[in-house]
Amino acid sequence: MGATLTVARRELAAYFATPVAYVFIVIFLVMAGALTFTMGNFFGRGQADLQPFFTFVPWLFLFLVPALTMRLWAEERRLGTIELLLTLPLAQWQAVLGKFLAAWLFCGIALALTVPIWITVNVLGDPDNGVILAGYLGCLLVAGAYLALGAAVSALTKNQVVAFVLAVALCFVFAAAGSPVVTEFLTQRLPVLADIARGLSISDRFTGFTRGVVGARDLVYFASFIGFFLFVNAVVLDHRKAD
Amino acid sequence: MAALIEIERLTKRFGGFTAVDDVSFTVDRGEVLGFLGPNGAGKSTTMRMLAGFMPPSAGTARICGADVVAQPVAAKRHLGFLPEGAPTYPEMTVEGFLGFTGRIRGFRGGALRDRVAQAMRLTQLEGVRLQPIETLSKGFKRRVGLAQALLHDPPVLVLDEPTDGLDPNQKHEVRELIRRMAPEKAIVISTHILEEVAAVCSRAIIIARGRVVVDAPPSVLEREGQSLEEVFRSLTLGEAAPRREAA
Repeated sequence: MGATLTVARRELAAYFATPVAYVFIVIFLVMAGALTFTMGNFFGRGQADLQPFFTFVPWLFLFLVPALTMRLWAEERRLGTIELLLTLPLAQWQAVLGKFLAAWLFCGIALALTVPIWITVNVLGDPDNGVILAGYLGCLLVAGAYLALGAAVSALTKNQVVAFVLAVALCFVFAAAGSPVVTEFLTQRLPVLADIARGLSISDRFTGFTRGVVGARDLVYFASFIGFFLFVNAVVLDHRKAD
Repeated sequence: MAALIEIERLTKRFGGFTAVDDVSFTVDRGEVLGFLGPNGAGKSTTMRMLAGFMPPSAGTARICGADVVAQPVAAKRHLGFLPEGAPTYPEMTVEGFLGFTGRIRGFRGGALRDRVAQAMRLTQLEGVRLQPIETLSKGFKRRVGLAQALLHDPPVLVLDEPTDGLDPNQKHEVRELIRRMAPEKAIVISTHILEEVAAVCSRAIIIARGRVVVDAPPSVLEREGQSLEEVFRSLTLGEAAPRREAA
């Protein structure tokens, strides 16, 4: 475990040593705030909750998280440091997990910085803070799922643009799988796939959290989603690390 | 006791191309092996397999008895490796970077500080310890890579072109350092510089087209009335034509 945390610590420090962290956090906060207050009609709804905020955060992550993961392995390849990292005495899964944890913690920091919105709603009204906490947990899990997926894609290619575009596309597939457009289409043509699509959908799972329901099945879904793609990441890395 | 480095019928194929072809050798404590060959001969590929970065297509290597394929973490613990081009994380400071590799190697607290200080002293990096690596010159970057390989005082050192990019004084210092460490370690260095082989190596292996063509002390190579350079040219160029026709 020591090596995993050492890798995570180095990665996290690297985010803040480059403009990546500041650009990410500022854009995330500005966009989250702007979307919540304008399109989300935060004040006009007359309800003391963070429903509009939680509607937009997963869509922001859809674009911002792949921007974070695109450099994860691609950058190590470009610099040649992958050869250094993987010849240090640590198992491959420790490097994979360490990088993932750093990125996840970073997303957690960005989320934590949205706390003023939560304070605002508490000043203006009397919201159910349990529901809000569940919503934040949901956001963090969505970020984790996108991160795991994006990291696995990053291991596939040396090219950061390819890694970004592929990761956005794949994240979108999982985000949109449960949307009415997709499920209705599938119900008409391929009813078998409709259920599978709904079962795999990230946004369907996330909805429960925004209502304050932390279901065991949803937690298992996110845990296995993240675990699966971290495993894919390790396998891909093993086969393509020298390319 | 078995040799510190044992390479056994190591082979690496990329598609139809065989980069390293059935290479076997051992390196004992106290030996400094110069690994020579033209560009693309398979030097770096052999070293990468030995360091556990690339899995071999066939054969294996052992470092202090630990198989690099079956027990990679144990093998890497005994190894100090300088990859080709001495890659480092550019945004980190020299001290931060060495601290990172030291922590991965399990050092903490005072022991870690001592190791980092010792590695910086050996490679004369104390003056730039708080500078980000990206601001350093090529020679300093190479020494940071070297410091990282020496940090844990490993019994086995594998250095891919350790003096590339250094000025003559720095080259001299690195060679002195290698010579000083030689009695307790098994060291493999790859190089293009033939004088370096004569200066520090107790044994030279020349590889061409993935095969070992010569394995002898540099003095023996020179004794046949030719300079090392002539030997190198005749071995790596002379055999090229007939081999290629046969293939």
